Order: sequence, then C-alpha cells, then structure tokens
Amino acid sequence: MLDYAWIIPAIPVLSFFLILFFGKKMPKGGSEIGITALGATFVLACITAVQWFQRVENATGKGGGAALKAFGRGILPTVSEHEAIVRPVIHTITWWRNAGTLFTVGTRIDGLAVMMLFVVTLISLLVHIYSTAYMHDDVRYTYFYAALSLFTASMLTLVVASNTLQLLCGWELVGLCSFMLIGHWWEEKDNTNAALKAFLTTRTGDVGLMIGVIVTFFAAGQNFDIGVINSRALAGTGGHTIWLVGAVCLLIGIIGKSGQFPLHTWLPDAMAGPTPVSALIHAATMVVAGVYLGARLYGVFWQGFSIHAGGINLMAVVGGITILIGAALAFVQTDIKKVLAYSTISQLGYMVMGLGVGAWTGAVFHLFTHAFFKALLFLGAGSIAHSGSHHSFEMKKDMGGLRKPMPITFATFMVGSLALAGIFPLAGFWSKDEILATAGQNGFEIFVVVGLLGALMTAAYMTRCVYLTFFGEYRGHHHPHESPKAITGPLVVLAGFSIVAGLANADPFGIDKFKQYIEPRVAFPTDIFGVHFDTKLALLSVAVAGIAIVVAAIFWFERKQFGVKGLTERSGAAKAGHTFLVNKYYLDHLYTDVIVAGIKGPIARAAYWVNMKVIDGAVKGVGRGATGLGRVVYRYVDQGAVDGAVNGLARGADEAGGLLRPLQSGRLQQYALLLFGAVGLIALVIAIFG
Amino acid sequence: MIVQNVFFWVLAVAMVLAAIGVVRSQNVVHAALYLVVVMAGAAAQYILLAAEFVAWVQVLIYIGAVIILFLFGIMLTRAPMGGDTTLDNTQRLSAAVVSLFLAGVLGTLLVDAFGSKKIAISGAKGEKLLHVGQAGPLADKIFTSYVVPFEVVSILLLAALVGAVVIARRD
Amino acid sequence: MILNQFLILAAVLFCIGVYGVLARRNGVLVLMSVELMLNAVNINLIAFSAYLRQSAGNVFALFVITIAAAEVGVGLAIVLLIYRNLRSPDLDRVEQLKG
Repeated sequence: MLDYAWIIPAIPVLSFFLILFFGKKMPKGGSEIGITALGATFVLACITAVQWFQRVENATGKGGGAALKAFGRGILPTVSEHEAIVRPVIHTITWWRNAGTLFTVGTRIDGLAVMMLFVVTLISLLVHIYSTAYMHDDVRYTYFYAALSLFTASMLTLVVASNTLQLLCGWELVGLCSFMLIGHWWEEKDNTNAALKAFLTTRTGDVGLMIGVIVTFFAAGQNFDIGVINSRALAGTGGHTIWLVGAVCLLIGIIGKSGQFPLHTWLPDAMAGPTPVSALIHAATMVVAGVYLGARLYGVFWQGFSIHAGGINLMAVVGGITILIGAALAFVQTDIKKVLAYSTISQLGYMVMGLGVGAWTGAVFHLFTHAFFKALLFLGAGSIAHSGSHHSFEMKKDMGGLRKPMPITFATFMVGSLALAGIFPLAGFWSKDEILATAGQNGFEIFVVVGLLGALMTAAYMTRCVYLTFFGEYRGHHHPHESPKAITGPLVVLAGFSIVAGLANADPFGIDKFKQYIEPRVAFPTDIFGVHFDTKLALLSVAVAGIAIVVAAIFWFERKQFGVKGLTERSGAAKAGHTFLVNKYYLDHLYTDVIVAGIKGPIARAAYWVNMKVIDGAVKGVGRGATGLGRVVYRYVDQGAVDGAVNGLARGADEAGGLLRPLQSGRLQQYALLLFGAVGLIALVIAIFG
Repeated sequence: MIVQNVFFWVLAVAMVLAAIGVVRSQNVVHAALYLVVVMAGAAAQYILLAAEFVAWVQVLIYIGAVIILFLFGIMLTRAPMGGDTTLDNTQRLSAAVVSLFLAGVLGTLLVDAFGSKKIAISGAKGEKLLHVGQAGPLADKIFTSYVVPFEVVSILLLAALVGAVVIARRD
Repeated sequence: MILNQFLILAAVLFCIGVYGVLARRNGVLVLMSVELMLNAVNINLIAFSAYLRQSAGNVFALFVITIAAAEVGVGLAIVLLIYRNLRSPDLDRVEQLKG
C-alpha cells in the first residue's frame, strides 16, 4: 500500500459521490456506504502502517517480519539510536509543467503520514458508526454522511500530500467541509453565523499560509516538493531571512487553523455543529492540520525560528499563550462542549509550543494521543446529550448525577479526563511529559513552567466538568438512560486507545517505537534535540495534576469553598477578572465591533466615496467629454464641414448647370456660333501644334 | 499682269463691301441686291482665272435663279418688322468676334502656307491657262472622270425639288 | 497674280458669311449669308484649279453651284413653313430645341 497510497484518499471520494447519488435510496440512508468505505480505508491505512514499520525495520538491518515481532514485544528493552536512513515513499505524477516548474500530484508516505492516516481513518470510522445512532432522525442524514466522506477524503489528501500546493488544496477543502458541517443545522441563524465565523477566521490565517507557500516555493529554488523545501531550508540556501519570513507566514496559517491565540475565537463557536462533527473535526483531525503542517515542514521552522539556538521564539510563545488562555477560559464555561473546545485550544497550544521548543516527536506524539482522548470526551458529551440531558449541553442546568444512569459513558469519560489531565499511565501523561522534558533539557525552562501551569489548570477544570456532569443531583427534566451500542461502542474503543496509546513511546520501559517509526530521518534536522525520560519532571507533573484534582474535588465535591464562594460579588478585582474571562478576553468584541465594524463603517464608506466621486466621476467626466466632443464633431465637422462640402458640391453642380443651361437655348444661331468658334479654335490648335 | 491685278483689286474691294452690305443692311431687299453684286463680282473673278464656263454658269444660275428665289422668299415672308426689332439678333457681338477670329486664323494660315505662289499664264509643259477652263475639255472631264458625281447631283436636284414641294405645300 | 490674293479674298468673304449666319435674325438673310459662304468656297476652288492647271476644281465648282441652287430651294421652303407656323420669319422664335 505504500506505493498505492493514493487509493486511501480516493475511497472516501468515491463514497462521497456514491452517497450523494444513491444515499437517499438506500435503506440506511447512505450510512452503510460511508461505513464500508471508511472501514476499507482504515484497513488500508493499517496495512500501510505495517508496511512502513517493516520498511523501517528493514532499513535498520533487522529482516522482514521483524517489524511485527518488534512491535509485539516492544516491552523488551531495545532502546538504541537507529541511525539508518529510512526514505519516505514518494510517488508523484506531473499534471502540469510550466517552463521548468513542475506542478505535481502525489503521495509522500513516511512515519508521520502513516500515523495521521491511522488516526484520521480510525476516528472517522468511529464517528461514522456513532452517527448512525446520534444523527438517527436528522433531517439531512444522507447529506451528513456525504459531507463526512468528503471531509475524510480532504484530510487524507492533505496528509499524504507530497507538495505544498496539494497540501493547500486539502487544507482549503477541509475548511470548506468544516463550514458545511458546522452549519449542518442551518435553520438556526446562530449555526450559520458560527460556520461563517469558523470559515472566515481560518481564512484569515490562510492568507499567511498562502504567502508562506509562495515564499517557501521561491526560497527552495522554485519547487513545491516538501522534501526539497525541508532540505533546502535546513541547508539554509537563500539566507536566513527568507526562511524566517516563510516560517512566520506558515505560522499564521497554523494559528488560524489550529486555533492558536489570537485566531482561536472560532473554535468554541464551532460547537454549534453536531457533536460527531466536533469530535472528528474540531478535536482530532482538522484542527491538528496546522500542527501537522508544522511537523511536515519542520525544516522551515527549525531554520526560520532558529530553534536550535534555544531561547524564546515566536512559535513557542504563541503556543504557550494559547495553553494558558484556553485553560483559563475553560473554567467559566457552562456548556460542556465549550469546556472541551477550550481544552482543545489549550492542548493545541501544547503541540505548537512543543514544535517551537524542538520537541518534534513530543508534539506529534501529543497529537496522536490527544486525538483519542479528546474524541472520546466529545463523543461522551454527545452521548450525554443524546440520552441524558435531551440534546442540551448545559451542565449546570440540565446535567448532574449521571454516573448512575449512564455507567459506560461515565467510565469512558473518566478515562478520557484522566488521560487529558496527564495522569500516569494514561496516554496524555506520556506525550505531555515528553514535551515538557524536551523543553527543560534544551534550555526552554520558561516553557516548562507554562506547561506545568497549563497541566494544573487542565486537571482542575476537567474535575469541575466531571463533577457538574456526573455527580450531584440530576437537574434536568428528562429520564436519563444509557445510550445505544452504536454510541457506547466507539466510546469504549477510544477509551482503550487512551489507555495504551501512550505506551508506544514509554521511555522508562525502553519503548521508543513511536520515535523510531514516526520521526523522519530524511529532510529533518540532524541536530534535533534528543530527550531522555526525566523522572523528576514526570513526578512533578503528576503531582501538579494530582494536587489540582484534589483541590478541585474538595472545592466542588465537599463544597468546602475556601471562602471563595461569593468572591466575585465581594471583590471588584475578582469580578473584573471573572467578567474578563466570561467575555473571552473581549477578543470577539475586538474582532467584530472594532476591526470589522471599522472596516464596514468608515473604511467602506471612504471606499464608496472614492468609488462614487473619484472613479465614477472620472468615468462620467470621460463620458461627458466624449459627448461634448461628439456634439462638436457633429456640429462643426459633420454639419459644417462634411455636409457643407457635400451641399457645396451640390450647389456647385447646380450652379454650373445653371451656367451651362443657356447653352441649350434651342436657338440655332447660338449653336452655330459655338460651332464656328470651336472650329476656329481647333484649327488654331492644330496649326500651332500640328 | 498689272491689268489683271488692278481688275482683281477693284473687284475684290467691291465684293467685300457688298458682302458687308449683305450682312449689315437693315433692308432685306437691299441685302438681296448686295448679294447680286457679290455674285457678279465672283463671276468676274472666275473670268480672271480663265474659268469662263463656270463664270457664265454662275451668272446664269446664281444671279438668274437663286436671287430671284430669294426675292420671292422675301416677298412671301414679308412681315412688318417694327422699329424696335432689327434684322440682327442679340449675339451680334459674339458673332463678330468669332468671325474675326476665324478670319484671322484662316488668313494667317494661308499666308503661312502659300506665301507668294504665283498663278502662271503658261505652264511648264507649255499648257496655257486658258485651256483649263474651256468648256470642251471641261465637258470631257465631267462625262468621263466625274460622271458618277454628275448623276448623283442630278438625283439630288430631283430630290431637292420634290422635297421643296413637299415641305412648302399647303394642306 | 498671286494665288494668295484669291484665297484671302475667299477667306474674308467666308468669314463675312459666317457673321451673317450668326448675326441675322431673318431666315432668308441667313440663307443669303450661306450663299455668300458658298461663293467664297467656289472662288477658292477655281483659284486652285488655275494654280494647279487641273480642271477638277472647275468641275467641283459647277457641282457646288448646282447644289447651292437646290439647297436654296429647300431652305426657302423651310423658311416659308416657319413663317406660316410662327407668323414671323424671326428665327429667334424657333426654340423648340431648348433645354
């Protein structure tokens, strides 16, 4: 499958068209097409992954079949630095050639792509299955499945892309599908507004992305190929500045798509879409497209931001800020999906920060694990809404005490929360820890602090969320019950992954399979930071998370408020801070009322004035000039000169005729006169000239 | 030669004056009589040129018949012309100009062409001028070399006669 | 005798005849002027006949005289007709060819 990897995105495309044309007629409304297609795609992705592992094993000198054996017995201490070069499998076809510049379409399969293929197809498949129950009586069921297939196809295209143009195509397509799916219930104006907000905000980031693509194209010597760009970037061809510009522009794209500060405002509003969509797109796959871009073109960032030199750089700063603001906002939300959205923003901040501090493997690993437990949490929230709070996501109003009626949902949700909080030995612990360890060991100490702070807040708000949802008294007005198997099944699967996924790179146990298979060897910084398991840091992070959970638990469960209750009424600073948080730092206000209104109002009016007075004035002036000229031409040239000439000619002819008329007097003697006169003249002429 | 020249000049002046009289006289009959003078003068010139037969034919036919015809014509078409209408029309001046111009052209050409060529009394081969115009040789010429034109002229006379009768008859 | 004196005499008579043809109002007078012209031509012919010692000129002059006579007859008949139709021999009144 490595060589035929183009089939993997092609199957969902096919299923998209099939569902569009035939979905309505099928007994289950097209979902069977989608599930079958995604199932096939998932199997192919797994096969591709195994083939890749085999390729890595082969390259490192262990024979065929050793990959599977090695994976199965990964617990054995086999830590070693594999220095062999494992080249990615690249297949491209040229679809256009323009004076030396090749425009190709193709696939570039390496460890990163394989990992993403696995994650995307698995979660997409689980969401497909989940949606059969969740979207059961939806008004546009078939269309939903078609859109899911299209989205999966676009994401897979993005993932296997071998050049930045193809990646850009996939990027834009996933943006489109996100728009379509967020606004799935477009009958409500709020949903369409949310969809537009998501689309336009990511679009703003896409400007940076496109400029970045162009800059890297030129910096890499007019080439779109990802491998070439990375190699040229790492070699530093063209000077450092152009790579810095390219990195900054690409970073803007990442900020838009992956919800970093300041373009994160669309993610919480995107929760207006159906929950399976939130799980698939806004937790696990689409939002990580930005992180994926960063990981793919890491050479550009490594060179552009001089990450190897240590110290503060833009990428890490953006990531760090995002961690903190996302986590802070999660505290004041009453909607469970919004809590999870801000949590996603915060975790994406971890990933970007990880890339910024040189923890490539850590960031990618966190992407991997985060996909599982975040999707799990979202699907759990959906399960609650479906069967517990009757399609409401308001924790304070409609949930509470649901652990008894919905045990499976409760258990899996707990697993997800603990994984998110980073508790040993669940998945989140390993990945988050790796990022922090890399930062700490390579001179980015400030970011370790930021990361720990984020972990603390994460544990705290998740505890709050869990308490409000599952503990206490049921505050809703319905009869909560457990969800059907189609919903709980995927929850269980994802919970399982949340538990074991972290062990793919469990350093103290001597497993570094993730690093071994996924970290690239080609077109990758050779001086990438190594990291070894820091026991002290690990203990510190677990302790921090533990303390946070305990304090939060006491706060909520035991109701020991520590004198905090009523703080917002008593203290002006606390109230101000609370209002600040509730209004999401007034960023939305800034964007809508200041920037957009500023443009819509004065700037648009100014532009309109220029258009009307200057441009239209110029056009009208030209028109009036032309009419005036026409009138002048008419009066003087046409009437005067031309007609005058014609009339004059006619009058001349008339008068000449008048002059000649007396010749025809009818009088004989006059004719005779003329005759003799002419004869005399002719005689004279002949005499003179004869 | 001097005698012939004298006669010629006298006759020439008389003819020219009479011709002017023809075209300028305000009396139609006077004009006709002036014409008689011109024709008589012409006949005399013919005799000077030793064309005796033609001269007498001229007198006979022109003066004898044509003038009489003119006088008959004058008589038949005599209309009382008032004092304000003259016998000349309005283009007198242009006509004078044209005729003077024509005279000038012709005169110049003639002088230029013939210079001072003389008419000899006796020719190089000993022929006498007198013999050119004698009736006998003339008749020989007419009825041998020029018999066809002679017959044609006869028919023409017939046609003219019939035509004149046809045109002028009253019906 | 110089040939030219006869020829110039003939030319002068001819031009006087031209003047008469153009300037006279009465039809008969016009015919008279035409006779004048014919006479001039005759003088020319006879002069050349004498100069060249050929009788062709004399013969031709005889023919001219004949034809002149015939022409006068027809001409007068026409003038009579005009006089009958227009009540006047004034040629100025004959304008049917006008235009």
